[in-house]
Amino acid sequence: MAAEIVSFMLNGRETVVVVNPLETLKDVLRDRLGYMATKSGCSQGGCGSCTVLVDGEPMVSCILPAKDIEGREITTLEGLTTKAGELHPIQEAFYDNFAMQCGYCTPGMIMISKALLDRTSHPTHEEIADALAGNVCRCTGYQPIFEAIEDAAHRISGHEWSGGRDIGGSKS
Amino acid sequence: MTVQHKEELHVVGKSVPRRDGLGHVKGTTTFYEDHQFNNLCYLKMVRSPVAHGKLNGVDFSEAEKVRGFVTYLTHKDVPNNIYTILRLIGVGPDDEPVLAVDRLRFKGEAIAAIIAESEEAANRAASLVKLDIEELEPVLDVEEALKPGAPAIADTGVNYFIYENEMDHRQVRLGDVEKAFQEADYIVESRFQSSPIEHAPTETTGCIVVPESDGRYTVYTNTQALFFSLDNAGITLNLPFEKMHFVGGTSGGGFGGKVDVITEPVTILAAMHTGRPVKFKYSRQEEMAVSSPRGAWRLYYKDGVMKDGRIIARKVTTYADSGAYNRHTPYAVTKHAANAAGPYNIPNVSIDAYCVYTNKAPSSAMRGFAVTMASWAIEQQMDKIAEVVGLDPWAIRFINAYKNGDMKPHHKIAEDATLIEVMQAAAEMTGVDLPQEYKDMSSAEVSHD
Repeated sequence: MAAEIVSFMLNGRETVVVVNPLETLKDVLRDRLGYMATKSGCSQGGCGSCTVLVDGEPMVSCILPAKDIEGREITTLEGLTTKAGELHPIQEAFYDNFAMQCGYCTPGMIMISKALLDRTSHPTHEEIADALAGNVCRCTGYQPIFEAIEDAAHRISGHEWSGGRDIGGSKS
Repeated sequence: MTVQHKEELHVVGKSVPRRDGLGHVKGTTTFYEDHQFNNLCYLKMVRSPVAHGKLNGVDFSEAEKVRGFVTYLTHKDVPNNIYTILRLIGVGPDDEPVLAVDRLRFKGEAIAAIIAESEEAANRAASLVKLDIEELEPVLDVEEALKPGAPAIADTGVNYFIYENEMDHRQVRLGDVEKAFQEADYIVESRFQSSPIEHAPTETTGCIVVPESDGRYTVYTNTQALFFSLDNAGITLNLPFEKMHFVGGTSGGGFGGKVDVITEPVTILAAMHTGRPVKFKYSRQEEMAVSSPRGAWRLYYKDGVMKDGRIIARKVTTYADSGAYNRHTPYAVTKHAANAAGPYNIPNVSIDAYCVYTNKAPSSAMRGFAVTMASWAIEQQMDKIAEVVGLDPWAIRFINAYKNGDMKPHHKIAEDATLIEVMQAAAEMTGVDLPQEYKDMSSAEVSHD
């Protein structure tokens, strides 16, 4: 099998790459294009660290053949921060709610949260749990991630959020 | 030391943003694997398919034909192949090969390193290496391993770590437990067995080593023990420490699982042999099956208890499953032996703690290791004692809690005891209304002259 030319939109930017057969989107993003936010914890689609959005749908890029993204729109974590460097409300909520420790699962967690909140503006606890089912975090115990997603839902809709733990902190 | 008033504290009781938090949510935190290099080689380890065996030969002839194959490394390429991590603090003898010589002591043990142009080529070449192995009966149980006639795993000829050049285990003695057992109203005995626990960090263990033009090696690594790894790598490779520059500090989950010195020495060696940057990243399968877990522990408790709930004697015999090699377990057993009676004031204590070798993946550090398993057993034992004596589980702990001035089993006077205060706070937080006598207790009391 021969290499193929694949063109797609990456975070709003036209992108063209030459990929080998079965080369994964994760490898294209990291090794060919230098987009390092996307992580790879298992390389078998089991941990969710490599989650990106393909036409808005969350997909594990470590087992997604790059040739299948021809003509699609890809969003990685790098695409959430604005060009001026402003954080997306989901990023702000993860930061303020300590929804990360080592940071390795965080890109995947934020992308799966984006996919969830794009289709469900105020998800229930069960809907959040369902969305996170394929994303492994070994540090936080998940509770701060649930809180960050609830907080982000309120930030996006412009409402004050009164939930979360009382950590006597700087949440504002 | 002066204790600051709460209003003067800047951090305690307040929430402070994470130093690395912004990088984490933006995806700009640099993990070791995010460093990219041209001309990068990939290292894949050939591993033992058996738990115990003689390694009679390794044949690379088919592996060498794989397109993209660069070179291989065996034990003959490692200047000081046999090591033990804690040699840096005087633990010995060295017992573990970086790459196996002629014995295989656990399933997954490293035999040879394949270096290739791509991950795929390295995996393929490693899979084509032919191993000539004579399988031996494995020893998989800690007490079986100590029986006379059990196959010897370690080169010392015995299946236990030797303490102080003569002891087959760690001993702690206080008072006379056998005499106290005669005087006790109840004897409460238990056996506990824990399982190994894998840390399972989301980022697997790994490093990238880059040969620099000034003759140094830059080592990008996710180790939790940067200088332990640097020093051990230097000794293993006969490389002056200043020839290495370790870059770390960012680890995608550790929990103690990235404390062993595993990927760096052999990857530096691969960079020396190829003159090229080399990456060695554990697969998820390797992380789960080969990386050292929290060790399994077998613990026997025998307690002599009085009708009023006082524990007057505690006899503890425990066996740490170190796996095939030392790693951190000899140290763990020492720490364990000092804590195996728990935070209780018991006048007669006997502790025997063994560091035992078996044909399993070596166990190592994980979050309070050695003490955690003792606490896990002791607190179950305390509940059992409460049931036998007919007292509340809180009561049995307040009655026996140690206080400042009490003698610990290893003949240290307790200072800074806090168990009583911790239990009082825990009761308050969980809505348990303790009897007034326990609310009034304090660790500050000195119970002995």
